[in-house]
Formats: sequence, structure tokens, C-alpha cells
Amino acid sequence: MNTNGLEPIKKVSIIVSRGSLDGIYPGLIMANGARMEGIEATLFFTFFGLDAVIDKRMDNVKVATVGNPGMHLPTLLGAIPGMSAFATSKMKKEMERLDIPPVREFIQMIHDAGCEIYACKATVDMFHLTKKDFCPQVDDIISVGQFYEKSAGAQIIFT
Amino acid sequence: MTTTTVIDSQTLQRDADGHLENMAEWNDQVAQALALEEGIPALTERHWLVINYMRKEFKEKGDAPSIRKMTKESGVDTKELYALFPKGPAKKAAKIAGLPKPKGCI
Repeated sequence: MNTNGLEPIKKVSIIVSRGSLDGIYPGLIMANGARMEGIEATLFFTFFGLDAVIDKRMDNVKVATVGNPGMHLPTLLGAIPGMSAFATSKMKKEMERLDIPPVREFIQMIHDAGCEIYACKATVDMFHLTKKDFCPQVDDIISVGQFYEKSAGAQIIFT
Repeated sequence: MTTTTVIDSQTLQRDADGHLENMAEWNDQVAQALALEEGIPALTERHWLVINYMRKEFKEKGDAPSIRKMTKESGVDTKELYALFPKGPAKKAAKIAGLPKPKGCI
């Protein structure tokens, strides 16, 4: 029990479904934050969220400057070559200042903190990927059913 | 809500989360007693390395360091940090070190 008399959260299962920088980081920050609080955490990457754990892609995750209303940038401006790279580099600098690590280091840190990391089987099959395409921190490729089994007793967070 | 605990015949003011209200009341015996509360029976040399680093950072910067900074600068890696302070290294280590709850998210 905490000070409000409510049962504290013991376990979270976080789904990362989007592949851009702004799609991936919220889930990583929440998983890391859970472990910091002593909460058990599982990360499940699906669809383009898999980019965060695909060895060849994880170092090249970018901010979407088109189709991203949060950027407050007119679509045609966002489409100018180099705009996404520019926005990404600005955001990465800000994140480094806040001590938020790059994707690869963050995944390693979260895994070392005891968070289990899984890739979604349906997406892996759809994109013709194998275990070898992923960074070593990916514990396994699992089905939705297995994800629910592993999430027993957890709060599920979809990002 | 503030509570008080007596450690080594010293009365300590604690905040709602159990952190010391007054850093100056902290000493080695207090740290040991606080560690025991957190389920750490004896503070080892490695625990002290983390605790002393956190206190130094707090004095210099006004907040406890992030886990990332701690692992890069204290010489204790992430896995060991979680093994030393199970159930939440940043918060637990800060509490044992007599510091307020860390403000950062990382």
C-alpha cells in the first residue's frame, strides 16, 4: 500500500508499435522508469516499432516531419530533403542534454536493468526477419498469445 | 506527512516517502539503518561507492544523478547497480544516502 491506500503497480507490459523517434522513445522511457521504481517491466516491439531493436536500423531512427501534426510544420516544408535529419539532430541534442541515451544504448541499459525484450512474431514473419536481424538484447520472438501469458498480472501500455 | 525515527539515539525527521528531511543528520550508522529498512542487510564497499558518488553529485548539482550518469561515472554498471539496490536503484540509493527522491525521469 502507498500513502493513498492504493495498491502500487507491480508489473507493466509496454507495447511499442511506431517506428519514428517520437514513436519509440516514450515506451523506452516508461520501461526504464518502471525498472528504476522497482516495477517489473516487459517491452514488446511490433510493426514499425521493431526498428528500435533491428540491428541495422536502430541507430538511424528519425523524427517524422511529414504527417506529424505535433511538429507544427507545414507538410510541404516537412518534405524538403534534409528536414527530417535536421529535426532529428536537434531533438537528439536536446535528449543528450537531458541524459536520455541513443536507442542502442538505451535498449542495452533497459535490458541490463532486468526488463525483458520481445519482438512480435506476426511482424517478424510479415517483414521476413529472423532472430539474427535483431540486437542481442531481444530475448525472443513471441506470438500475441505468448505476450498475454507473459503479461499476467501486468498493466498493459500501448504506445 | 512527516514521521520521525530514532536511529542511534538520534531523532530523524522523515518525509512521506521515508527520505530524510535534513541531509545534515545523515551519517554512516544512519545509512546502515536505512539500508536495513530497504532489505539490504549490510552495506558493502560497492554500495558505499554508489552512496558517496550520489552525495557528491547532489552537493554539486542539487539533484541526485541519473542512472546513466551514475553508471558512467561511478564505475558500477547497470546490472550491478540493480543487484546492489534491488527494487529501484535511483530511489533506494538516494534514500540510503540521506538525499531527497531524485527528480529526473532517466
